[in-house]
Amino acid sequence: MPTKTVKVDYIARVEGESSLKLKIRDGLVEDVRLSIFEPPRFFEALLRGRKFSEVLDIVARICGICPIAYQMSAVAAIENLLGIEVDGPIHALRRLLYCGEWIESHSLHIAMLHAPDFLGYPDAMAMARDHGDAVQRALALKKTGNALLRLLGGREIHPVNVRVGGFYRVPSRAEFEPIVEPLKQACDLAIQTLRWVATFPFPDCTRDYEFVALRHPDEYPMNRGRIVSSAGLDIAPAEYETEFLERQVPYSTALHSVLKQRGAYLVGPMARYALNRGRLPPDICALADEVGLEPVCRNPFRSILVRAVEVIFACGEALRLIENYKRPARPFEPAEPRAGVGYGCTEAPRGILYHRYRLDAEGTIEAASLVPPTSQNQGIIEEDVRQVAAASLDLPEDALQAACEQSIRNHDPCISCAAHFLTLHVDRT
Amino acid sequence: MARAVKRKPKLAVWKFASCDGCQLSLLDCEDELLPLAERIDIAYFPEASRRMLPGPYDLSLVEGSITTPHDAARILRVRRLSRRLVTIGACATAGGIQALRNFADIREFAAAVYPHPEYLKTLATSTAISAHVPVDFELRGCPVDKYQLLEVIKAFLTERKPMIPGHSVCVDCKRRGNVCVMVAHGTPCLGPVTHTGCGAICPSYDRGCYGCFGPVDDANTAAIAREFASLGMVRRDIGRVFQTFNAAAEAFRREAENHAD
Repeated sequence: MPTKTVKVDYIARVEGESSLKLKIRDGLVEDVRLSIFEPPRFFEALLRGRKFSEVLDIVARICGICPIAYQMSAVAAIENLLGIEVDGPIHALRRLLYCGEWIESHSLHIAMLHAPDFLGYPDAMAMARDHGDAVQRALALKKTGNALLRLLGGREIHPVNVRVGGFYRVPSRAEFEPIVEPLKQACDLAIQTLRWVATFPFPDCTRDYEFVALRHPDEYPMNRGRIVSSAGLDIAPAEYETEFLERQVPYSTALHSVLKQRGAYLVGPMARYALNRGRLPPDICALADEVGLEPVCRNPFRSILVRAVEVIFACGEALRLIENYKRPARPFEPAEPRAGVGYGCTEAPRGILYHRYRLDAEGTIEAASLVPPTSQNQGIIEEDVRQVAAASLDLPEDALQAACEQSIRNHDPCISCAAHFLTLHVDRT
Repeated sequence: MARAVKRKPKLAVWKFASCDGCQLSLLDCEDELLPLAERIDIAYFPEASRRMLPGPYDLSLVEGSITTPHDAARILRVRRLSRRLVTIGACATAGGIQALRNFADIREFAAAVYPHPEYLKTLATSTAISAHVPVDFELRGCPVDKYQLLEVIKAFLTERKPMIPGHSVCVDCKRRGNVCVMVAHGTPCLGPVTHTGCGAICPSYDRGCYGCFGPVDDANTAAIAREFASLGMVRRDIGRVFQTFNAAAEAFRREAENHAD
């Protein structure tokens, strides 16, 4: 067989720098490697020696797209260690912050990173010339998510207001007034966005994922819950490391995470939705049914529908939280340092984000371990690319490449988190 | 006589070691992005587009710091391709949070995070872009402010000086009518020595400024450190205040060193 090599030096529209290597021999996909050569920044090392009160500002800098997720998992872990239980309005405000980040991050991915794949444009700017209304709707949604982050956090990227035990300052009810009307409009825009993405052409693809997400008795999961899976896993965040393992491979600066018993697994919107659809309000389930989104979606190309459903949910949930909000008597519970280990796991837009910290008696970090969603999804992304490539080998080179790129973007990888750079090398022998 | 059609200026956005937050600021310009894309050619911006046009570029925005041998070589090529080069954010202008490695043992850092540190190719330091190539303008912040970013882009594309003020955060705080958190509540605050740009967010949320825009010119860090000590902070805690997102910026680096154990 002749040897053929296709190389793309940068896969676009993902957060960060990574490359993909595809080896094809005798018409079969022999090897798939998602390499992340984002320069390592050593957060787990540089956190050591910092006070627990400094952690939230530092870990936010792991990711400009999901800083809230880092702050939420870190604060959950540290409060777990210090024996602080937040509930009532503080819990509601944290959930509200997460609604802002889900709206902002999902809207960015739906319209600016993912939709151009389905409609055949290089980017949202070009797509806007033909689909101006749809892009404008998504931008308006994104703006509303960001406005919520700014209100609660001071700014949309690396917000400053969360602290161990609560917030530095809690808003009055009146401060929410200006955001209520935009959120009501956002609910409509989000429904229109779901109906728009439902018209996209979806390639046939069925994958047998083990889904992993948080589950909580009363809430569609964001800040709390047990870690559950479609194969029956059901553990507290503190048990994460007994079930999951991080591995390093020579071709990547990101660590790969696997289930010790069963290997690769999927986190993120598809997993959350499959495991928690029962926690969604009935009107949102009805919208999912209306556009034909199955209760358990196993086609990764259709993840864009799940994200759109979650945006609708987050807009409505934000309104509900604001309506029920009562300003707490004090913005935070005092936090006294103690030695020990704390565990936190929350639902970043891209899936569960696990943090563990060990503190000494003065509250200084002795050790930190962080497992971002993209590290957890790398194995699945490689398997997806393998399956999609195998089904696309007859396509012309540029179409094969586009299909592989799209199957990576299906999972909205966040490479800065996982360590960054997507380059596609196809080796045909 | 037919006038020559003016070519749209070409913009490129580059990423080095960073969190992506500063380039995301451009995508966060929800009202301005599409009009901007009409006026300029977004020729290279991989986070936003598969379309990647070759250089040269009229303006390059560079995010992130230099932390690997590969990136040290890549920035030289980016400079050659760029008529103007503007660095955006604390990583690009001062090395970022990852510059904390400059004060530690990189081998120990790598071994603390990776089971096989030998797979990594990394430098012992994280350095600002200006340590490697000439830079036409530095925009501060962790992250940058998106309105300042728009101002810088507009200024460079119209060949004028960006109107980015250089006073301290204190001035913004007074403008917002904030009560001084340090004077009124005894909360340590880096506002007096920190470059403007954020809009004095932290004091507006009842906490002290933590210096994410880096030191203002002629920052009197020794005076603020004495003030912190009089508020009861111990030496080691004072040192760490200067060791965050602009730890390698000269004034902050020196003050942290003065408070080393």
